[in-house]
Amino acid sequence: MKSYNVYMSGVGGQGIGMFSEALVRAADHAGYTVKAVDTHGLAQRGGIVVSQVRIGETVHTPLVSRRSADLVIALERHEAQRALIEMTATGGVLVFYDTVWQPLDVRLGKAPEVETAQVEALCRQLGVECARVFSPDLPDTRMQNIAVLACICRRNLIEKVSADHFRQAMTDLMAGGMLENNLALFDRELQRN
Amino acid sequence: MKKMGDMLLRQEPFSEIVMGNTAIVRAMVEAGTRVVTSYPGSPTPEIAAAVASIPKDARPFYFEFSTNEKVATEVAYGAALNGHLSTVFFKSVGLNVAADTFVQLSLMNIIGGMVVVLGDDPGANSSQNEQDNRHYAYLSYTPVLEPANPQEVYRFYLEAADLSRKLCMPIILRLTTHVCHAKEKVAFQGWTPQPADDTPRFDVANGPYIPITRLVFPMKARALENLEKVAAWAEKSRLNQVFDHGNRKRGVITMGPPCLSLLDVMRDVEEKPDILKLGVVYPVPRESVVRFLREHQEVKVLEELDNELEKEVKAIAYDLGLTTRVTGKMDADDWMGEYTPDKVRQVMAKTWPDLVPAPVAPPVAVEAVPDRPPQMCPGCGHRSAFHAIRQALAGTDITVADIGCHTLGFLPPYHMGQLLMCMGASTGMGSGLSLFNKTRKVVTFMGDSTFFHAGLPGIINAIFNRHNITMIVMENGTTAMTGHQDHAASGRNFNEVTDKIPIRRILEGLGISHISEVDTYQQEQLGKLVQEAVAVEGFSVVIARHPCMLKFTREQRRRPDFTLRQVEIDQETCERLHVCVSEFGCPTFTLGKDGSVKVNTDLCIGDGSCLQACPTAAIGKPKIVNKAG
Repeated sequence: MKSYNVYMSGVGGQGIGMFSEALVRAADHAGYTVKAVDTHGLAQRGGIVVSQVRIGETVHTPLVSRRSADLVIALERHEAQRALIEMTATGGVLVFYDTVWQPLDVRLGKAPEVETAQVEALCRQLGVECARVFSPDLPDTRMQNIAVLACICRRNLIEKVSADHFRQAMTDLMAGGMLENNLALFDRELQRN
Repeated sequence: MKKMGDMLLRQEPFSEIVMGNTAIVRAMVEAGTRVVTSYPGSPTPEIAAAVASIPKDARPFYFEFSTNEKVATEVAYGAALNGHLSTVFFKSVGLNVAADTFVQLSLMNIIGGMVVVLGDDPGANSSQNEQDNRHYAYLSYTPVLEPANPQEVYRFYLEAADLSRKLCMPIILRLTTHVCHAKEKVAFQGWTPQPADDTPRFDVANGPYIPITRLVFPMKARALENLEKVAAWAEKSRLNQVFDHGNRKRGVITMGPPCLSLLDVMRDVEEKPDILKLGVVYPVPRESVVRFLREHQEVKVLEELDNELEKEVKAIAYDLGLTTRVTGKMDADDWMGEYTPDKVRQVMAKTWPDLVPAPVAPPVAVEAVPDRPPQMCPGCGHRSAFHAIRQALAGTDITVADIGCHTLGFLPPYHMGQLLMCMGASTGMGSGLSLFNKTRKVVTFMGDSTFFHAGLPGIINAIFNRHNITMIVMENGTTAMTGHQDHAASGRNFNEVTDKIPIRRILEGLGISHISEVDTYQQEQLGKLVQEAVAVEGFSVVIARHPCMLKFTREQRRRPDFTLRQVEIDQETCERLHVCVSEFGCPTFTLGKDGSVKVNTDLCIGDGSCLQACPTAAIGKPKIVNKAG
């Protein structure tokens, strides 16, 4: 692998930080050199939270260039569309959790909500593979990120990063009941078609 | 689960994936740092989070959040005069607050050594400007080391600590946002705990420590001599690095994260320019620069923000009469924003268009996605406050914001807090706005941590000079925006339970006669109190209190008996007046295409502060919902 760029986006409070840390550690367990950077601070108050992960020996900066993300992950539909426009490389993949946290102007009736079909249509237009994730029966909405993680693993989107690497990463980061619940959900979501 | 605290104290060498803000704490441990102080501010508070992961009794150094950056600097300085290696860290603009003390440090014989860690913020990600703090280094004769990634943060801190201790002078370690927050696997050395020497070694014979006219000059001479010593050391330091691509025509002198961006941008370029990456950015290692200039026909100085390095390199070239063509900033755009790979590609394409093609990213023809500005959290007490205060004031009244979560009140739908400057500035600005002003009430806002940080002088001035304004203290019990650090009225400091310093009693002690207080969820009462306060001639105060609900909810969710409650909208009763979405503005309320309003169950915390906002009482009382915590 020459280099592989991942751009993750969501809304403050959705758990992008934990998600990114799991991905970084899984890639590390798979033997890759990884660099990453997260948004911290003010944006976490309901703003856009971004995490960038770059995999490969020849990578220096953790920052992903515009339209050069091989994999874009979004935990919210508007952020999926935004990241798709700004960051996805032609031939890349978008994985997004199809929930909506309406931005201010949508709530104020000044802008229309982005529809799922718009995201899918834009993917086709840009030559980007689109994977929509939605699990109506999650025990906790804060586990949406695990459903997305499982989708990435199931579709084998990061070469050589296996389910065991993801499990190891989760074990590094969590303990007790939280770890058990998340591992169980991860395994359940892996079986999804 | 890997525990950060255990890792930071591990005795054998190891490697771990950490961010820059964590790597520096391991370096503090290894260097034998004894005292660390700070005031929270992005991008640095995660340094304290890493410190907090080490149990207090096992922590090899003392840590405190001081009331502001200036005090933090003074505490670290005082400790270092007793012989303890100390460190102070804060955000970029924190140095403005600390400056009065900071600019004197290089004059002093700091026997323990002192590292000043700055978190500069190119791109103004979470600051009111993107000031380049290298200017302060020149102003104060203080050397600057600048790492580019977490591995370098660790290594450069160790070097800074060593240098500082040997020369008994302050050293700046300048980090930037995406160095603090970058994550990678860092290789750490082993650590052998050493017995601590608590002897208070302060001795006037090590001074002078009193900078008055007669003594200022020898003290300044010493600072300049020290700077010469550092310059000599810098020439040999391995913190500066040459990437020799065998290009004798073109070279780039750069530093920090812009260098990483450059290396990536140049990855597929055939005739890569040579690169001189400076780790010691002040004083600039003159001989290294001269060598590099002599070896190349054209040299680009690639630096983020201001042109300090460019001026140095050009001056050196001029002094020696070198014919090397030196190019620095080319237009105003080069002075602005973070030097990401995209930015560096632009800058280099302007400089050497034959080498790097201009970036081509044709716009995608699609409707823009609505912006997502940060906003107050569900249940935030500030929302209830702004909703009530806006109704209590006239549209022409002037509202002045301060720094903190409540700053977000300027956004729609509240438009509360129409001007902002820096920590504690609201009262002074409000006082000025009140002069000659008989028609527009002036209302200023201030958070509780800011009150202690820099709020008091402006308040005392308003009382002393009899200004006619109303201050609303937005008290949420914590330093919320930067990650819930305790402050003097929280009842805890970083290390232990303390007595709260009550804001009301301070204000009473200052002689303010009109002080009222209310929980912000009592919106009607708050509105009434604000109207009473603005009617008072002179300085009046309303303390608008509600605990930070993000902090509160997080704590609640950790309890085993936690049950989630949420509100529901009775669609039969709802008349679609949209007060909840367009005036109260809790992000929980979602507007449907048909004009209906629903509750986003990912977001609602069941605080019920919205119930009062609905004119038709369509929002039902929060009910337990069937979800795990």
